[in-house]
Amino acid sequence: MTTLPASTAKKLGLVIDLDICVGCHACVISCKEWNTSNYGAPLSDMDAYGENPVGTFLNRVHTFEVKSAGCNAQTVHFPKSCLHCEDAPCVTVCPTGASYKRVEDGIVLVNESDCIGCGLCAWACPYGAREMDAAEGVMKKCTLCVDRIYNENIPEIDREPSCVRTCPAKARHFGDFADPDSNVSVMTRERGGMELMPELATKPVNRYLPPRPKADISGDIDILAPLLAPVPENKGGFMGWLDKALEAI
Amino acid sequence: MTVHQPDLDTSAKVSDEIRKTTCYMCACRCGINVHMQDGKVKYIEGNRDHPVNKGVLCAKGSAGIMQHYSPARLKSPMKRVGERGSGEFEEISWDEAFDIAVSWLKPVRENNPEKLAFFTGRDQSQSMTSWWAQNFGTPNYAAHGGFCSVNMAAAGIYTMGGAFWEFGAPDWDRTKLFMIFGVAEDHDSNPIKTGLSKVKANGGKIIGVNPIRSGYNAIADEWVGITPGTDGLFILSMIHELLKAGKVDVDYLRRYTNLPQLVNTVEGSAEFGLFLRDADDKPQVLDRATGKLVAFDTPGIMADMANGYEVDGKTYKPAFLVMAEKYMSDEYAPEKAADRCGISAERIKAIAAQLAHTAFKEEITIDQPWTDWKGEKHDKMIGRPVAFHAMRGISAHSNGFQTCRALHVLQILLGSVECPGGFRFKPPYPKPVSAHPKPHMGVTAGAPLNGPHLGFVRGPEDLLLKEDGTAARIDKAFTWENPMSSHGLMHMVISNAYAGDPYKIDVLFMYMANMSWNSSMNTTEVMKMLTDKDENGEYVIPKLIYSDAYSSEMVAFADLILPDTTYLERHDCISLLDRPICEADAIADSIRWPVVEPDRDVRGFQTALIQLGVRLGLPGMTNEDGSAVYEDYADYIQNHERRPGVGPLAGFRGKDKKGKGRGEPNPNQIQDYIDNGGFWIDHIPEDGTYFKPWNAAYQDWAVERGIFDSIQPYVFEVYSETVQKFRLAAQGHGAHQPPEHLRAQLDMVMDPLPIWYEPFEQTIVDTDEYPIHALTQRPMAMYHSWGTQNAWLRQIHGTNPMYVSGEIWNEHGFEEGDWAWVTSVHGKIKVPVVKMDALNGKTIWTWNAIGKRKGAWALDEKAPEANKGFLLNHLIHELLPAKGDGMRWANSDPVTGQAAWFDLRVKIEKAAAGDEIAQPDTPAQKSPVGRGPQDITYGEDF
Repeated sequence: MTTLPASTAKKLGLVIDLDICVGCHACVISCKEWNTSNYGAPLSDMDAYGENPVGTFLNRVHTFEVKSAGCNAQTVHFPKSCLHCEDAPCVTVCPTGASYKRVEDGIVLVNESDCIGCGLCAWACPYGAREMDAAEGVMKKCTLCVDRIYNENIPEIDREPSCVRTCPAKARHFGDFADPDSNVSVMTRERGGMELMPELATKPVNRYLPPRPKADISGDIDILAPLLAPVPENKGGFMGWLDKALEAI
Repeated sequence: MTVHQPDLDTSAKVSDEIRKTTCYMCACRCGINVHMQDGKVKYIEGNRDHPVNKGVLCAKGSAGIMQHYSPARLKSPMKRVGERGSGEFEEISWDEAFDIAVSWLKPVRENNPEKLAFFTGRDQSQSMTSWWAQNFGTPNYAAHGGFCSVNMAAAGIYTMGGAFWEFGAPDWDRTKLFMIFGVAEDHDSNPIKTGLSKVKANGGKIIGVNPIRSGYNAIADEWVGITPGTDGLFILSMIHELLKAGKVDVDYLRRYTNLPQLVNTVEGSAEFGLFLRDADDKPQVLDRATGKLVAFDTPGIMADMANGYEVDGKTYKPAFLVMAEKYMSDEYAPEKAADRCGISAERIKAIAAQLAHTAFKEEITIDQPWTDWKGEKHDKMIGRPVAFHAMRGISAHSNGFQTCRALHVLQILLGSVECPGGFRFKPPYPKPVSAHPKPHMGVTAGAPLNGPHLGFVRGPEDLLLKEDGTAARIDKAFTWENPMSSHGLMHMVISNAYAGDPYKIDVLFMYMANMSWNSSMNTTEVMKMLTDKDENGEYVIPKLIYSDAYSSEMVAFADLILPDTTYLERHDCISLLDRPICEADAIADSIRWPVVEPDRDVRGFQTALIQLGVRLGLPGMTNEDGSAVYEDYADYIQNHERRPGVGPLAGFRGKDKKGKGRGEPNPNQIQDYIDNGGFWIDHIPEDGTYFKPWNAAYQDWAVERGIFDSIQPYVFEVYSETVQKFRLAAQGHGAHQPPEHLRAQLDMVMDPLPIWYEPFEQTIVDTDEYPIHALTQRPMAMYHSWGTQNAWLRQIHGTNPMYVSGEIWNEHGFEEGDWAWVTSVHGKIKVPVVKMDALNGKTIWTWNAIGKRKGAWALDEKAPEANKGFLLNHLIHELLPAKGDGMRWANSDPVTGQAAWFDLRVKIEKAAAGDEIAQPDTPAQKSPVGRGPQDITYGEDF
């Protein structure tokens, strides 16, 4: 089995804001197009134009309906990719050492030349974040665009994961959770960023910002009601108001 | 095992070169950086400098690689060799293709140009294609607006000189309350997402009004699951509340709208409802200071809105009072609207109160002095930070025009149009009706049409009717059936041509419009119309030329195919003359250019059109010696002048490349755009960025740039005299009279102030039998039918279940995996169903245009799109059901002719377990491009 580093210098990861994710799949496809022609084997699409097209994606968006008493049902879009866990069970389960967590930044990667495609890591991951590439027979997963974030051939402003750079709703943020003053740490603190399934003790690095409460049946009616009180008759009613309004100009 | 960490190259080369062009995966026109390696497209990302997307890119945009390398790309011109609809073609040369086209079109032009109907779909080169059609001489030209969102566009132009999207946008940085009606995914795709994010980041609130809680409505702070077709009533009911409470911006209305103008109140007279005008034909207002009549644009006056005027025994009232009386009546009370809209009276009041609160209690100011067109100086800019956006959900109804008008009027009453925090126009908008052309129909054999096809009528005298009262256009645009049909009615062309009503045509020529499939109502019947033969064994619609880049369903029905390029292989201009990409504080335009050359025998459609025009000897395209004025579209883009100094591209004009908007052609202009990142932008001066229609600094800037030729006074037409003129005609006044059977309908719908009426279909069908509303939405990750050929996108939306509300689901005892029959008064489909609770209880819906015909788009015949996917279109007819008066009425808005897709009423029943194939199951078409490859591993070369 493979060993995890005792600690990592940085804890790079993502903050995903569920309050603004509109479920557009921009991140899904941008991830696919970057990663299919960069680090590692391409992300294949089997039966691409056929009856059952199945491709490898490192990031997917799931849509859920949430129902609670007294509220209208809500729709929540939930993007999901590798969470780069500190206690990553996908690494420790790997029989060849192909899966590893980087000491310098905590990114969990697969060394494809050592991967035998046994699939144990995918079984071990409680989040379903790893996908076996059917054409290549190796395990694929989110690399946090390790070939972008340090890449000196890319303008500095673009040295972030492809999914973050492309997100039209700015629902995705990239940074170092080991730094308490980083953008992602601050956002997590201020917005109550959540771990996914903390009870499994995998210590995921990525955080999700929960949707803000929705005001479906507005509680503001009473507060704002006086605003819409009809102009009283003793003030000349509507015409009195109009006259006054015109005079005031 | 110990930690084993390989050495990684984290700084690998990304690409050989970045080529900056414009996306065309939908109509939003984002800037893209196309990374090229070894001559192939490796990666596409958003262009950070681009005004539209500022670096971001949606799923469609990133999937452009798969569209560019799609196996469905057509390879060569083709002529039909089998029966229409079969898909049997033979590849031919361009010379042969042009010879065939000329042999069909030349006699038409020489004898009767109206026998050509030329309609383009989702292209964005309408200023060029309409110029071609005008030079050909046919009156029968339009693009797809009539089945898309003409209600929104026309209502906007007639009310305030523009609508949403390319006309204007919310002031995202400053708005505090944003309300979005009837939008799933739409243009502006990326800017809306980014804007919503800004509103939230700034602590603002979003209210989503939509029967379906997906996408933008899912993240809205408040969701209003309105009953389809009732948005107008909801809006007018809020206007009722705002007026009663005096929560409208009186100063704004007095200055910037026509509400102070005096309206004739003498019922029954020929001038009833028209403005009192002076000898110069200028509408009159009362000056509150002097009590005297003055022209509305007189500097220094204070227009009254509270007092009427009597002259020669006729009483005139300010339009404001006419409006107030109308909307303050109980007819519009929230209590009356609640049941119909499916929104409680309390909630309607609460939302109106929020609008009022934000507009008037959270007013914002910018310390920016400015001067208005009357010369009056303002020391600051006052903002009412409420903004709106709306699109197809409210416009694709038979009451859509007036509903869209109602929304525009609501934002005007709040004083939130063109102010900080409100809705802002993008130049060249706003552009009043008077600045738009009128439609033209003057046909002369062998000569151009006497003016532009489309435009904005100002009264019954502008309708396009022949002397015998029949329609001049094949789509019957600008007739009494739909007088203000500014975008034409593309959805009526095939059925009218088939029926020979108003006349028969000889050649139907279409571009980039899937009219035999998802872009037509009544799809099965339309396929029959395209394939039906007359008693001589000839096709009823004799000749059909079609241009598309891909093997779409429509290809199978064409006699001659002109294959287009992909968007990465072509020149284009996103022009100020057409549908520009301007921002609220800048004018901008952009280009596409071939970042890769086609590897097939295909040509950009516009280039093919120019080359065809030369072979036909069309004016403007042909020199006296018969040679070509323009070699191709790129040549046209650089050198064509619409007016002296004004051409398709506004930037880098003149030999010194310094011309902005105006200037001589620059022979190197396209390269200058490429060097500038594919676009050009020019900002409005700081003191001209708000209150633009009335702002002298903006107007001076706009005149300099050729946006308009001289400064004109500007008021919003809350009260539409144009609409009233049609109503007067319906009441028997004037020289131009509607046919008797249309009088009552026109009298009802042509109200000079926005009204709400019940959508037509539900007034005819038995709503006890058909109790359910059925809708479609466009998915964010797919644009119409183009996405299905895309190997990546079809994995997101390969099927489209019918989403059924929890209420209907339970009532019918549906279970997971069930199929259902959905029946309208017109047709029946069998579809898979899925439960959805975040949905109006009386509504079912599905994704638009996922269902495919077998054999199309290079998909396997077993593809889920062709077996489980379906079209709602089969349930929708272009005509309403018979109502017993001996006539068939159009299933469209009676003002603009917009297709009323969303009026549909249906019933649903569980289908017996069976083959899980959607019905109707259209037989396959033969694919002229074969089937796509089995497995792909794109990127393995890099």
